[in-house]
Amino acid sequence: MTTTPQAVRRASPRTRRTVTPPDPARSLLPDAEPVRLLAENGTPLPARSDYPEPPAEVLRELYRRMVLGRRFDTQATALTKQGRLAVYPSSRGQEACQVGAVLAVRDTDWVFPTYRESMALVARGIDPVEVLTLLRGDWHCGYDPTEVRTAPQCTPLATQCVHAAGLAHGEAYQGRDTVALAFIGDGATSEGDFHEGINFAAVFKAPVVYFVQNNKYAISVPLSRQTAAPSLAYKGVGYGVPSEQVDGNDPVAVLAVLTRAVAHARAGKGPFLVEAHTYRMEPHTNADDATRYRDGAEVDAWRDRDPVARLETYLRARGVLDDAAIAEIAAQAEAYAAELRTRMNEQPTVDPLSLFDHVYAEPTPQLIEQREQVRAELAAAHAEEGDA
Amino acid sequence: MATTMAKALNTALADALAADDRVVVFGEDVGALGGVFRITDGLQARFGENRCFDTPLAEAGIVGFAVGMAMSGLRPVVEMQFDAFAYPAFEQIASHVAKLRNRTRGALSVPIVIRVPYAGGIGGVEHHCDSSEAYYAHTPGLKVVTPATVDDAYSLLREAIEDPDPVVFMEPKKLYFASAEASLPTRNEPFGRAVVRRPGRDATLVAYGPAVPVALEAAEAAREEGWDLEVVDVRTIVPFDDETITASVRRTGRCVVIQEAPGFAGVGAEIAARVQERCFHALHAPVLRVAGLDIPYPAPMLEHTHLPGVDRVLDAVARLQWDDQPDARWAAA
Repeated sequence: MTTTPQAVRRASPRTRRTVTPPDPARSLLPDAEPVRLLAENGTPLPARSDYPEPPAEVLRELYRRMVLGRRFDTQATALTKQGRLAVYPSSRGQEACQVGAVLAVRDTDWVFPTYRESMALVARGIDPVEVLTLLRGDWHCGYDPTEVRTAPQCTPLATQCVHAAGLAHGEAYQGRDTVALAFIGDGATSEGDFHEGINFAAVFKAPVVYFVQNNKYAISVPLSRQTAAPSLAYKGVGYGVPSEQVDGNDPVAVLAVLTRAVAHARAGKGPFLVEAHTYRMEPHTNADDATRYRDGAEVDAWRDRDPVARLETYLRARGVLDDAAIAEIAAQAEAYAAELRTRMNEQPTVDPLSLFDHVYAEPTPQLIEQREQVRAELAAAHAEEGDA
Repeated sequence: MATTMAKALNTALADALAADDRVVVFGEDVGALGGVFRITDGLQARFGENRCFDTPLAEAGIVGFAVGMAMSGLRPVVEMQFDAFAYPAFEQIASHVAKLRNRTRGALSVPIVIRVPYAGGIGGVEHHCDSSEAYYAHTPGLKVVTPATVDDAYSLLREAIEDPDPVVFMEPKKLYFASAEASLPTRNEPFGRAVVRRPGRDATLVAYGPAVPVALEAAEAAREEGWDLEVVDVRTIVPFDDETITASVRRTGRCVVIQEAPGFAGVGAEIAARVQERCFHALHAPVLRVAGLDIPYPAPMLEHTHLPGVDRVLDAVARLQWDDQPDARWAAA
């Protein structure tokens, strides 16, 4: 609005009619700058009434899970190098997003992760071995999605955005106050299903939080090739969806913004879009060579914005953490990694005949035939081994 | 009572909505309009806007939304307005609808029905007449069903909605408004059973969906040529009934497979191969296929050239080596 109230009062009746109403789109737009509650060096910035700081004990838990999450991520990368995982997409550097987002939702809410959310899933409390099942090379998602209210990690880009809308609508339709949290990366916002998902959620006022981790690269393709928008958060306004952008390496801000977004959705006001500006410190996966598309100076600059160190500095200064507490959490993380290592070093047993399970509720006659064929092949191979 | 397939489908949806609160019907124009073919006519008025509703025009969105709703415990029935308009949803169908049960070891299932009005013969302009069944039948995890008669349309749709697996329900558009005696509600043979629509001794015509009436008409015409033809209606492409078809061909010793879709790499090719594998020693002639041409679906003025009709079926029957001589068609090759 360019017209001040005083100007309206002074205007003649004739000119008063020309006063333009407030632009309905303005309230949907994100802040021009990402929301930030901690400076990069961990010192607090002025408090914001729209994004109140989470309680100290929650921030302590956020820190603890971020430390565990980072240790988990390092361990998973190491396991990949040892051949224990077929592939691992690291989210190192994105700890504030991975952990902050899942801390903002309830156990009874639903989470729709992508393949880069392993850390988020262990932060949600899912068994790390189950989380890594698929990446280990097995055929299923590892955990029971209905038990942990978490969809399988989604590989086809952005397709989970529509599932989240449908689930949230279905839950609301059945009178439950479940919120769906859909993760997505910057590259996948170019996919049609992102737009269809957010549009469906908006039209049906479905309680979904779309959380974009903008880590600047889709494998090698930089953000400038995904969008000409001022920021990805601006994609909300065209669908009538309020949005916000947040410093994705500021754990306090991520949790504060996500908490507000989840409350918005749960209150029946429809979906909310959050873009977090962060950075993927590691290559896309262990199979990627990031030196081909980004230089070391860029990576180093982001190293200085480390989210774990930022939160640690802040919580230490506030007296929420001390040396003993930090050492205790570090020890927990080491124990967590050691147990994961031990469990992942056990060779999993896979049963070829299980491939025929769960294709349909009941196998078709054709699948029964094929299962018998494989059973006979296995028996013959076994007999041959016995002879040799 | 005489009724149409369109009305039978409408009745099946209404009966399913009445029988199970978890059933919801949605898609493009299915609400106030009742669908462009009126298959959802009156459902919104009777069951309310929560249970039968219009969506944004986005097919991937419609199917993906149905996946999410199924995850929340509902049983969505969605309409793709036309065969070729369903292609944007293909990723959702192939990557999620078909695989979610498998990827979660049965913890999540997707008991949704994707209704696809398909095939031609209605004078439709481009992108309105594709026979897309092979794409779905080639995707493990989906059931693919197509009725050819009025009462089967009712029975198969009710079963599809009750089925624990996702069903792509292919509705032959040209049969929507054909009328037949039918007493609804009715329950016919379950999924996985083909049905002999006309018994015969000399050869078996295997057909599904819009090709079944063509096969029946051809069998009637063949009587004048002295051939007594059996007609088998496949009904459920997945799960497929090898047993009934094998038994029929072993009895008759000859087989022609009829489909409206382009023949190359089609469902008919799969059926022909299966018959050959199972009936080789009972066959007096190679299994032949009569199919649409391998061309993009043609314009209304030319679609009769493309569609397999009675004459093409009878030509194929004539080539079933009745005099035990090689097929002249391949002699030059």
